[in-house]
Formats: sequence, structure tokens, C-alpha cells
Amino acid sequence: MSETLHIDWTRCDGRGLCTELLPTLLDRDDWGYPLAKRATNGDRSNVAVRPAHSEAAREAVHLCPKMALSLANQVAGFGQ
Amino acid sequence: MTPVTAEMPMVVDRQGPSGTHRLFAAGNDAGLAEHVQTFGALPSHGVDARLIDVVEASGLTGRGGAAFASWRKIAATVDARSGAPLARKPVVIANGAEGEPLSFKDKALLAHAPHLVIDGLLTAARAVSGGQLFIYATDAGLPAVERALAQRHDSRSVRLVAAPETFISGEASAVVNGIANGPALPTDHRRRLSESGFKGRPTLVLNVETLAHMALIARYGSAWFRTEGSDRDPGTRLVSVSGPAGDRLLEVAGDAGLGDVLSSADIDTSSIQAVLVGGYHGRWVRPMDYRLSPTGPASHTVRPGAGVVHALPDSVCGLETTAQIVGYLANESAKQCGPCMFGLPAMARVLNSLAYGGRDPQLVRELGRLSRMVTGRGACHHPDGTAQLVGSALEAFSAEVAAHLAGTCSKRMGRRS
Repeated sequence: MSETLHIDWTRCDGRGLCTELLPTLLDRDDWGYPLAKRATNGDRSNVAVRPAHSEAAREAVHLCPKMALSLANQVAGFGQ
Repeated sequence: MTPVTAEMPMVVDRQGPSGTHRLFAAGNDAGLAEHVQTFGALPSHGVDARLIDVVEASGLTGRGGAAFASWRKIAATVDARSGAPLARKPVVIANGAEGEPLSFKDKALLAHAPHLVIDGLLTAARAVSGGQLFIYATDAGLPAVERALAQRHDSRSVRLVAAPETFISGEASAVVNGIANGPALPTDHRRRLSESGFKGRPTLVLNVETLAHMALIARYGSAWFRTEGSDRDPGTRLVSVSGPAGDRLLEVAGDAGLGDVLSSADIDTSSIQAVLVGGYHGRWVRPMDYRLSPTGPASHTVRPGAGVVHALPDSVCGLETTAQIVGYLANESAKQCGPCMFGLPAMARVLNSLAYGGRDPQLVRELGRLSRMVTGRGACHHPDGTAQLVGSALEAFSAEVAAHLAGTCSKRMGRRS
């Protein structure tokens, strides 16, 4: 099962550390916020992470100064 | 298609109201006596977890906008409760915040049929073995509910909470946050509300109209509910119709024709150039041969959202109207999430330019780029809904876009030369 990197937008401040650690997964948008290069069903708040990037993703979670990132095995997919 | 007007309570047999006049069948300002006389008392048998199957068979979907299958939400709340190591009683919230400026059906329902909403809330609470119950509505909606609660003895556990008059106050996580902590702002969705909502408890948030339908389904069953509407959109829904003829509240069958809805609201469709369906997060459509249904091909169906239909007269520029709406939506951002806080004002600026004199063909491309940039990137769907509105405006008013880029506006000849 692949992991997903969840971005809590209410915490994210666009510092950009995650985009430097995960350049293959994340771009920066016009304002510096992480921009998932690939969406999963239109969702770009839960970014699929392949095993090759798992360690870098873990590092991003630990180093995010706003604690806006978390890793999980599955995506919350509820309408509410 | 029943215009909601003042009339005397009708007597309903055990089969339930016939036709589409359901939710307001007890008449205007219905008190407990008219309510019970019309609908009968809420049955005491069978209204428990078994109700989930009945609601599933009814095909009821949420009337707050997302049209999520109601039974799934209820079942998820029950599952979360039984799956938790420490069983905590679920919290059930009747959501009547109705932040959408073009919607007035929830306010009308709370004002005229508060007992149906309360019945629905008690029904949902029994289905999930709920503990704390809330009715969340703006100040305008609360007095009638307060009076209704004072008339009955079975609803002492219900608490009323005032919702602020903001666009996003009715988003489910904002509702929970507002009741639990004060600010009615959306929160991050790492976990479902059904698992962890109000103070970490399993939480079920249902729109007040959804609950009113559930109160009738609990009485008359799923087959009765499906006697109106279609297989893909059973039952009835309230529709707030606005436009040049003023505001009209209708209760219409599911899968209703958009043209029929407009005619029922006395709107002359020949004087209408486009219709905004689903509200400010909705979609502009033209011409009128669409059906209102949460599912179906986009070429023939348009999602009713919270039941909003707004008719744009021929004389008004659709780009200017949409620019004003997007300006409002940008201002209503909770300003918690960067892509929304910066992206929506950027979209509003570009659309304003296009609406009021800008002739750079790149404006259209820039709107598309910004829309894609904000979509799917927020704690709630405010950016997604805004992007959908803008995309539909560029499509529905494509001739107007071309006119504006050429330095004219078909609605204001000569103004832009």
C-alpha cells in the first residue's frame, strides 16, 4: 500500500522545505505553497508517495516548521 | 411542482402527503398541533438503527449541497462508534446555517416547519444512539425553533447554537468547529467527522431539509418517498428561485426540468439568458433544457446543490455578474489556506479585468491557470466551488467573452469603446 502525504492547508505557510526535499512530487505555486504535480481524483491535499520517496517524505514531515504535513496509509475520502 | 404559499393544514392519511407538497403540508407557521394533525406523531417503533436500511432504500441524499447519500453518513457514524475503544455517544447536528446568499429554503423550513426538523433530528439521533443534539442556524432561524422546542417534551436534549452570517459557516467542519470552539471556520480533514468531530466524538452533520425528509421517511417509508422524483433522484427538494421576478420558494420533484422550475416561479424563460444552478459554487447553464439532479451527464443535468436557481435576465452582462460573485467569494475566504487566501483574490482581479474593460486575450488563459492551481487545495471546497463557477461562466458566456476581448459588451452597447 502506498503512502500519502497530507497537507494541512490551515497550518501551511509556504516555507517551501517540503518542495526542496520532494522535488519530484511537489512544485511551488505562485505564492510559494506546495503544489502536487499529480492529483489523485482532483485531490491535491493528499499526495501519493512511492516507496522510493518515503524517506524524504518522512524527513519533510519532521522538518516542516509549521507541522503541516503528515503521512498516512490511506486517504480520508468523505464528502464532509 | 408546488409553490409554497399560505394555506390551511391538509389532512394526510397514513400514506403521507401526495404530490410534491410535503415539507410544508402542515401550513405556514405550523405549531405542534398542526404538525401532529397533518403528519401524525413520530412513530416510536422501528426508529432506531433499522432506519439506516429504510433511508438507504429511500435514496435520500443530502440537501445541503453535496448530495452525499444520507444513509452512508449515518452508517459511518454508527460504525465509528462501535469501532472506538471507548464507546462515546455520537453528536448529531442539524445544520441550518445556509450561508449561500441565494438560498432561503432552510430559513423558511425552520420558520414554518420547525417540528419536522426537530423530528428529523430525533430520528437521526435514535438511528445512531446519539447523545448531544444541536440545531445550528443563523439568528433569523432560531426564534421559531426555540418556540417549537418549548412546545414539546421529547426534545430537551436539543441545544440551539447561533451560526454567523458567513458564506462558509455551513461547511460541515466549520459547523462542528463553530459549536465546539466558537469560530465557524473549516478545519483540516485528516479524519472524518463521523470518526472524530465535536470534541473528538463521532459526529453526524445533516442539513435541516435532509432531516425533515427523514422525519417523513420514518413515518411513511421509503416507497412513499420515491413516489415523487426519479430513480436517480428520488423524492422532492426545496428550491430557492431568484431572478427578475423576485424570490420564490418551491418544492419540486427530484430530477425536475429546469424550464418547468422557472415557469412554476413565473419566470418568462424567453427573457432569461442563463441560469445559475447550485448557488455561488454552482454552474451557469444555458439554454434551459437541463434537469436538476445530483447525478447524470453534465450535458443534460445540472447539480442542484442546496437547491438554488438564479435566473439572469437578458439585459445583464453575465461576466459582470460573475465577477461580482467571485469578488464576494474571495472576500468570504476564511483566509486559513494559502491557495484560497491568495488564489481567489487573484481570480477575482483577472475576472474583473475581463468584465470591465481588459482586452488581453491572456486573461482567459490566466483564469484557467489560476482555477487549476487552487482546485483541490484547501481544508474545504471553497476554492473548488469558485473555480467551477468561473469555468462555467467562461463557457456559458463565451460569446460575451469574445465581445469583451473585442472591446464591446453585448449588454452595454458603446460603453467600452
